[in-house]
Amino acid sequence: MSLMKRISLIFRSRANTALDKAEDPRQTLDYSYQRQQDLLVKVRRGVADVATSRKRVELQVNQLEAQATKLQGQAEKAISVGREDLAREALTRKSGLAQQITDLKTQHAQLQGEEEKLTLAQQRLQAKVEAFRTRKETIKATYTAAEAQTKINEAMSGIGEEMGDVGMAIQRAEDKTAQMQARAGAIDELLASGALEDVTQPGGSDDISRELDALSSGTDVESELARLKAGSQPQAIEPAEGDILAAEPQRTTDEDTL
Amino acid sequence: MIIRILGEGQFDVPDEQVAALNELDAAVESSVESGDVAAFTAALETLLEGVRASAVTHDEGTLDTSDLILPPADATLEEVRDLLSGDGLIPG
Repeated sequence: MSLMKRISLIFRSRANTALDKAEDPRQTLDYSYQRQQDLLVKVRRGVADVATSRKRVELQVNQLEAQATKLQGQAEKAISVGREDLAREALTRKSGLAQQITDLKTQHAQLQGEEEKLTLAQQRLQAKVEAFRTRKETIKATYTAAEAQTKINEAMSGIGEEMGDVGMAIQRAEDKTAQMQARAGAIDELLASGALEDVTQPGGSDDISRELDALSSGTDVESELARLKAGSQPQAIEPAEGDILAAEPQRTTDEDTL
Repeated sequence: MIIRILGEGQFDVPDEQVAALNELDAAVESSVESGDVAAFTAALETLLEGVRASAVTHDEGTLDTSDLILPPADATLEEVRDLLSGDGLIPG
């Protein structure tokens, strides 16, 4: 069992060298307990940090998916007004987003995995720390300093191993999160630069939208004109300039009374 | 026998399983030595799966030390080399 043995020996010797040496060995217990509390705080912070990164990726996925939906709508609209070229452009951009969305979802799953692992590590450490606290009180109450040493060593080794494990888990989660944050930052920049047509600005229009808007407003004007010509010819003569001017103060008064 | 998988906690492994795990461990070790990443990934997964399959979770409310410690499931070959050289460890 050579690999496992070697790792175990090295891990344990490293954990033991980290132990404090106090004049009264029983004081070591209190020092260690303080460090355990610090590590618990650290692992809780680690869980929160990973959760923050996960939420950021979630937000980005939502933004990109909204953008993809918008492009799909634009493609449909473009087809309905006979502009296959615009529809093609919209669908091309949409398929570019699909890859980004897939990548982000993979990252999201990884972050979720890290979050769960750290949460479980936190629970395990919590249980060990509680066991340590109980043992600590027993040792201090029951044993003289001379007698206590063996008991203390046992307790310290047990907690030291867990602390080494948790410390490593925090470090690994931090490393992974840092890598993903760099990529998330790149996506944020893309979104901010408008290269992905920022969907966070409602009504913000991109080139496809503008062209479609121009097309549809052109169509609207034509159809309205046609309707006016067909339906309103007799009335076109009636309204005089004075009528329009007279109507103006009337409306203002109405508004004032509201 | 208590085996810790780093990142997963401690497991109670029946003694009669240890021989089989020894063989899986040897496969991991030789892949680390040869630097064969694909073989390493597969061998580590098989070893950890072997531990999990034969074990039950060790009572978390104890301060027992593990008889053996194994790398985390997502460890890279480089990380295992660091573990063996004593680097990359953050003891509490």
